[in-house]
Amino acid sequence: MATKSGTQKNTRNGGSEGEAVFKSSVSARHALDRVFAVLVFVAAMIGLVVLAVLLVDIGRDGLPRLSWDFLASFPSVSPQNSGIYPALLGSLWLLGLTALLSVPLGVGAATYLEEYAPDNWLTRLIEVNISNLAGVPSIIYGLLGLGIFVNLLGAITGGQSIVSGALTLSLLILPVIIIATREALRTIPGAVREGGYALGATRWEVIRSHLLPMALPGALTGTILALSRAIGETAPLIVVGAATYITFAPDSPLSAYSALPIQIYSWVSQPQPAFQVAAAAGIVVLMVVLLLTNSVAIWLRNKYQRRG
Amino acid sequence: MAVNTEQSGSSGEGMWQRERRARHFRERAIKLVLAACAYVSVLTTFGIVFVLLFETINFFREVSIVEFFTSTTWSAAFANPQFGILVLASGTLLTTLIAIAVALPVGLLAAIFLSEYASPGLRRWLKPALEILAGVPTIVYGYFALTFVTPLLRETIFPNMTIFNALSAGLVMGVMIIPTIASMSEDAIHAVPRSLREGAYALGATQRETATRIVLPAALSGIVAATILGISRAVGETMIVAVAAGNLAQLATNPLESVQTMTAFIVQVASGDTPTGSLTYNTIFAVGSTLFVMTLILNIVSYVFVRRFREAY
Repeated sequence: MATKSGTQKNTRNGGSEGEAVFKSSVSARHALDRVFAVLVFVAAMIGLVVLAVLLVDIGRDGLPRLSWDFLASFPSVSPQNSGIYPALLGSLWLLGLTALLSVPLGVGAATYLEEYAPDNWLTRLIEVNISNLAGVPSIIYGLLGLGIFVNLLGAITGGQSIVSGALTLSLLILPVIIIATREALRTIPGAVREGGYALGATRWEVIRSHLLPMALPGALTGTILALSRAIGETAPLIVVGAATYITFAPDSPLSAYSALPIQIYSWVSQPQPAFQVAAAAGIVVLMVVLLLTNSVAIWLRNKYQRRG
Repeated sequence: MAVNTEQSGSSGEGMWQRERRARHFRERAIKLVLAACAYVSVLTTFGIVFVLLFETINFFREVSIVEFFTSTTWSAAFANPQFGILVLASGTLLTTLIAIAVALPVGLLAAIFLSEYASPGLRRWLKPALEILAGVPTIVYGYFALTFVTPLLRETIFPNMTIFNALSAGLVMGVMIIPTIASMSEDAIHAVPRSLREGAYALGATQRETATRIVLPAALSGIVAATILGISRAVGETMIVAVAAGNLAQLATNPLESVQTMTAFIVQVASGDTPTGSLTYNTIFAVGSTLFVMTLILNIVSYVFVRRFREAY
């Protein structure tokens, strides 16, 4: 197609000489096309290659160090005896409390914005505000947590405690949960709501009995992805005072704590190579936790999607 | 309710009325509770602005604003401290530039591949696979930059490179940002109407020419928005630079040397014991304010570009 229209124009202008020029330029253009096709393919693959190299590198460094002892021991000044137990427990505490705080808040906010809020400037302000919050660097949330939860409300939260960390992480992932839940609510056809109202149900009854269950798979997937982001967050926790060296397991929401990424950071910062190995083993544990939460998200989504 | 009125006349009607009132009350209460949830996000923004502003004002009671923005020395931890934010900003700028130099070409070309070249089947698994890159915790990237990329570069290209350096941190940060740029650019490229492509093919353009001269310019504002968002993420990125770029606060000119970014400074101070209310404590909020304003401006500019590209078609 391309050749035909081009040829007609060229033959009109300069006969056979023009045609030769045209043909060489066409083949050059097509050669460039092939190069470009390879280039874009390589670009799309670079990220995956780096990801593979990263996983292999960490597995090679960390897997030999991994053992039950590593999972069950406390950190120590000697890298060989160091373990990740309190950090793992701290991360699980954080995960549970963050989920407890952020899911009701996020789903509530999304339900209000999607089902109740009038279309006025105030609602639009909240919406712009939420999408802006999603772009605020996580370390800024750390400063917020340090100023409000650790210092201003220190008497209630116990200062540098698990609660302070969980509150900070909750605010951090709240925008993601709200956005995911709103998208899930938005895909439900209006007929479902109208059907409910026609049967005499109130707005809340329709939401509770139909809209929230129908929005569950989408909202759940987004929420678990947000929570897995919270598990991997390091910077805000450093700022709100997660400890790097802790010799007891956290036993209440008000106790001091460490977390997996904090422990890893502390080991990476040590000059001895043996601590770097411990860091790699810690990363393997962190990645396994992340993999598990993400698999749960995918499993839940598939399960509910099939039913719906 | 209907059953009630049928069964027992006027007393049933009273019950029905009572229940109706209770229902209305419950509806209003629930609406209030849900609205309160939504306002938590507004409170969060107020909280951030309040905390940053409050401590920054305390900071500027002791340090002059002029010094903060013009001094070319940063020595917050020393006896006679100097606070020149330009030093930390130069570290942030350098690592961000390196990251974008990686992420923009790779992300953009990957977006072209996903939208214009890949088969639907390939696209369906490649896009989420790329998203995994954005889900890897940044501390993991930091470890990778420090223990893999830096030794690799020292053995091959730059034997004089210091162990902590801006280049490794920037390169790995670039990889982390690829999905941000690729995914948003792909959305913009995908939104370009098919008729534009068909017009280009009809005029004799090849697939490459169509992609680079017709589709890319048409999607430009979306691509710019994606790039600015990528810059914003690089500016706010913390753990990669804290682990791999070091903590040497000097005007960053050489990517092979250690630099300190704004975020890395906050982490360095927060890792130690800093008494609340001390000058050092206030300093991290002043640096945080600068960071917040920078990313806020970038996010707003990106938002404006996205809206423009949405309005185009």
